[in-house]
Amino acid sequence: MNRILMLARKEFIQLKRDKRMIPLVFIAPLLQLILFGYVVQTEIKDIGMVLVDGDRTAESRVMAERFVNTGYFTITGRADAESQIAGHIRAEKATIGVVIPEGFEKNVRNGRTAEVMLVIDGSDSNAGVQAQQFATRIIAARSQELMGERLASVRAIAPKISSVEPRVRVWYNPELKSVNFMIPGLMGLIITIITTIVTSLAIVKERENGTLEQLIVTPIKRWELISGKILPFVVIAFIEIGLVLVVALGWFGVPFRGNILLLLALCVAFLFTTVGQGLFVSTVSRTQSQALLTAWFFMMPAMMLSGFIFPIANMPAVIQWFTYAVPLRYFLVIVRGIFLKGVGMSALWDEVLMLSLLGILIFSVSVLRFRKRYR
Amino acid sequence: MNGHSIIVDKLTKKFGDFIAVNEISFAVERGEIFGFLGPNGSGKSTTMRMLCGLLEPTGGRAEVLGFDVARQAEEIKQRIGYMSQKFSLYNDLTVMENLDFYGGVYGLKSAKLTERKEFVIEMAGLKGRERELAVNLSTGWKQRLALGCAIIHEPEMVFLDEPTGGVDPVSRRKFWEMLYRMAETGTTLFVTTHYMDEAEHCHRLGFIYQGDMIALGTPERVKREHAAGAILEVDIGTSEEALRAVAGAPGVIEAYFYGAMVHAKVGSAKADGPRLRAHLDKLGHVGAETREVEPSLEDIFVGLIERNRERS
Repeated sequence: MNRILMLARKEFIQLKRDKRMIPLVFIAPLLQLILFGYVVQTEIKDIGMVLVDGDRTAESRVMAERFVNTGYFTITGRADAESQIAGHIRAEKATIGVVIPEGFEKNVRNGRTAEVMLVIDGSDSNAGVQAQQFATRIIAARSQELMGERLASVRAIAPKISSVEPRVRVWYNPELKSVNFMIPGLMGLIITIITTIVTSLAIVKERENGTLEQLIVTPIKRWELISGKILPFVVIAFIEIGLVLVVALGWFGVPFRGNILLLLALCVAFLFTTVGQGLFVSTVSRTQSQALLTAWFFMMPAMMLSGFIFPIANMPAVIQWFTYAVPLRYFLVIVRGIFLKGVGMSALWDEVLMLSLLGILIFSVSVLRFRKRYR
Repeated sequence: MNGHSIIVDKLTKKFGDFIAVNEISFAVERGEIFGFLGPNGSGKSTTMRMLCGLLEPTGGRAEVLGFDVARQAEEIKQRIGYMSQKFSLYNDLTVMENLDFYGGVYGLKSAKLTERKEFVIEMAGLKGRERELAVNLSTGWKQRLALGCAIIHEPEMVFLDEPTGGVDPVSRRKFWEMLYRMAETGTTLFVTTHYMDEAEHCHRLGFIYQGDMIALGTPERVKREHAAGAILEVDIGTSEEALRAVAGAPGVIEAYFYGAMVHAKVGSAKADGPRLRAHLDKLGHVGAETREVEPSLEDIFVGLIERNRERS
């Protein structure tokens, strides 16, 4: 036990003296967090819009106003003909062109179908889809309004026309703020990056310097060596977790509805997998630069396949199979569930089980490999 | 515990088909400085690693301080010190922190640790540098600190793997003085080295080549037993042409550079000396002096390696 503490103490002194380490371990994740928090605010506002009002009537003006009043669109240009829209979109001034054709008001008044044409810039599919959704919704709302007015006037003769309207209530993240979804996830990503990379670097550094060989000639036991090397990074990981929590709750106002102790306990299970990965990386790398590259090789799938950015349910079936091997996948469900839904063990036990199994697997393989190299 | 610190009996290590160490046997007495020599890749480090419990032997047995290297590696590790050519120090720790760390790893209690640290700092001449980072020490200091870390727990036996590589002559001399003092107090030292002058300082030598132990004994005995023929030192300069001229002379078994001279191995100095001079005269090296010299260890080892290379 004493030896583990000796090693951990030494590791902290080294961390303190390493001028690159403090920024890498503390400043970088914090910046990442804040940057990410702002970047992922995907709620789009003020989408650039070119208006072609070919009707120029009271009715067409009402239609155009509806676009602006919602706050989703700003008119960045007006044009006389549909053919001019392309110029605005190419110049990146607008994402959407709205064409209200001549005769719009007449059609509305006469009870015919009035059309509004939308031209959407699909090159950024994300923004395009959003613009389309908002625009369609706005037009549909106006359509319903008009229908309502008409119904009111004919109610006397047709009292029994009924309609179905959706009444939407969003639970857990009522404003559908993506930051609430992303920041807890980011916690998992930051832990993965820091512990995997830093753990592997710290061990490979000893191999490079020959001190690892020196340690193996001492009576120190392998489990003492591994624990002593890992302990400091587990402590650091928890400091990171604290930092992320403070920024998430204090700065971004992400709600926290669950049990903090449960979250911390499950972080330990998650750390087993990430520190285990770091240990594994250290057994296959001889130099620190090799370790860094190999660690990145582990990071990429964590990022892509965990559901951190891209929903797993939308992935092709084959790819979905791979995601089962990514520890972050399970931790994301856990951390998001605890943050936003306030769920407890009863809802998370299958994730916790998978995470623990993966942790035990990765960790044992790494420890075995670590042993083998020196026998 | 008098007697032997190391007993090696037909120790063998194979890596796949490659035989790195081939049934070597030798013993090292307590308090002895045993020099373990051989070219790079000859099995030196492999043998040392087996003795330290870092590598498991494929065959044969070895005992260090009475413990079997295959089965009792942990007992051995507690009682030996190991210093590698890399001077395995933590560069970002101070002198004192390095000693504290290794002392802690060996489980020294604080009173004992303080006493040992004082001893090591005194012995290594590191007084006044306790707070300096290891990275800022010169190579000679680093080397002595590395030795200090390796012996912080007062081991009965110390393994040193090319401990003087890249160190200046004055520091090397100081280092060997430290080793002598340790041997005098009963510590057994097992040293590998490339420097033949250092080999002369050892009590006994073992010479390993391609996994085989090809010479063993005191430096004097090794010289006596393996000096076949005589050595003629030729003062002819160090050009390739001069070397070829000497090598081509009748009676010369082999020729190689030795410092600013060329050494020629011959069957007999008396018979072959005049023939060599005549040959050199003919080639235009008029008046090149030759003189018989006592074979040095280097001469012996060059000869040993050549003879073994021809055989295989």
